[in-house]
Amino acid sequence: MAWTDDQPMVSIKDVHKSFGALEVLKGVSMDVMKGEVVCIIGPSGSGKSTLIRCVNALNDIQKGSILVEGQEVNDPDLDKLELRKKVGMVFQQYNLFPHKTALENIMMAPLLVLKDDKVEVEKLARQLIKKVRLEGKENNYPGELSGGQQQRVAIARSLAMNPDVMLFDEVTAALDPETVNEVLTAIKELAQDGMTCMLVTHEMAFAREVADHIYFTDRGVIVEHGSPDTFFDNATDPRTIEFLGQIL
Amino acid sequence: MTMKQSEKNILPVMMPPRARPADKFRLKAWHGVVLAFIAVVASIPAFAAADPTRASMFEVLARWVPLLLKGFVFNVIISMSAMAFGTMAGAALGLGQISLNPWVRKSAWFTTQFFRNAPWLVLLFFAMFLLPFEIKIGGMTIPLPDWLKAMFGLSLPVMANVSEIVRGGIASLPSGQWEAAESLAFSRTQVLWRIILPQCVKRMLPPWMNLYSILTMATVLASIVGVSEVMTLTGQALAAEGGRSDLLIPFYSFVLLLFFIYCYPIARWTVRLEKKFAVIN
Repeated sequence: MAWTDDQPMVSIKDVHKSFGALEVLKGVSMDVMKGEVVCIIGPSGSGKSTLIRCVNALNDIQKGSILVEGQEVNDPDLDKLELRKKVGMVFQQYNLFPHKTALENIMMAPLLVLKDDKVEVEKLARQLIKKVRLEGKENNYPGELSGGQQQRVAIARSLAMNPDVMLFDEVTAALDPETVNEVLTAIKELAQDGMTCMLVTHEMAFAREVADHIYFTDRGVIVEHGSPDTFFDNATDPRTIEFLGQIL
Repeated sequence: MTMKQSEKNILPVMMPPRARPADKFRLKAWHGVVLAFIAVVASIPAFAAADPTRASMFEVLARWVPLLLKGFVFNVIISMSAMAFGTMAGAALGLGQISLNPWVRKSAWFTTQFFRNAPWLVLLFFAMFLLPFEIKIGGMTIPLPDWLKAMFGLSLPVMANVSEIVRGGIASLPSGQWEAAESLAFSRTQVLWRIILPQCVKRMLPPWMNLYSILTMATVLASIVGVSEVMTLTGQALAAEGGRSDLLIPFYSFVLLLFFIYCYPIARWTVRLEKKFAVIN
């Protein structure tokens, strides 16, 4: 059965995940349609990062199903490399390759994995640098860039693989307050371009602005979900209300 | 609660580490001269007791210096080849230690631990007595001289130590580097060779140089198994001079000095590299 884009791009069903005896996901389900932006929020330790790390098979799951464009991720014969070509990921700690310049960081994966032509890749990389507003930093090493700049290089690095879905794992959590916005702006523009995004975030105002759908997780389950307005103004679950009360 | 805001801000853990006092004492060339002088003065009692009709100990030493230097060059050759061989084998073994295949991983771990916890001299004896004096491949006979066997024996502990340096270097990188590269659909081999190892090499260099220094000093063990390196030659020279006791100190001091001149710069360089790389990351 071929996947068509009227079906969910990412379909998560009853996912269970344990680290040893600790069960961090206890039956989580959600669908993400093409072009949708989904924000996952919740207290720390609620399993939200684990959930999106399962989508590109950085973590395996014990039970349930994750379909990415119709392809089952919970499958021992899964070609992880093929999956990861479609799914980009940005991390809290940027994780740029410190021995490569900004431009080289962006060019590496298309060159080595997709084996694209070097001239084309460099052109693409320069376009992406421009897109995340880092012109002039092409030849800087990550150590010479601020956190916000590094994170934007990391976003560009993921985009260079031309993914269908982007995963953002608390990408502003390690940043100085004044550089948070430059990263959020980059993500917002990406969302406006129609990129399918799954974000784990603590930036509530941002979530409200860009998300099509918000999920609130607590202790491994989805407690509440809905459109941003319903979620922030008319939350019904007591845990959600308590969390929002603390954070807003 | 009673603390003022300003006092809270200077928790000891938040303060920058106190600068260590500068390393004031560093060996310079003139320190070597002083050491040599002390060695000479220390040997004066033996010198005074000597028969004036015999050649002075410096004349004797000068006569043997070319041979001893040749012996020392041999030590250096053994150390370099053992290092090269041990590094290649050790790098393979170190990569084996992080293999995804549990059998490869476990056997690499066992081999590493076995040779790392074995006395170098015992390994040397094993190599000397277990290896044949020649090997026949097809119609060809390849002789295995003693120094080659010694080189092989010494490269075994080097291999095990390099294996640990490689494994430790790889483990010292944050896991985020693996995850980022894997998320970009890099294969495991690509992650290792393109992302992880290029970053590790810098970190592995100081312990690797340290190991080389230790290996160089251990090459004199080969004298016990009869390889004609500097210690063996020194013993033979002393015997040729009729076992004069006043010659012992100058001859062995000379050997010490040779090793010191060779190894001390390596040690200084290692310290410099360690300091340089300590700041990064």
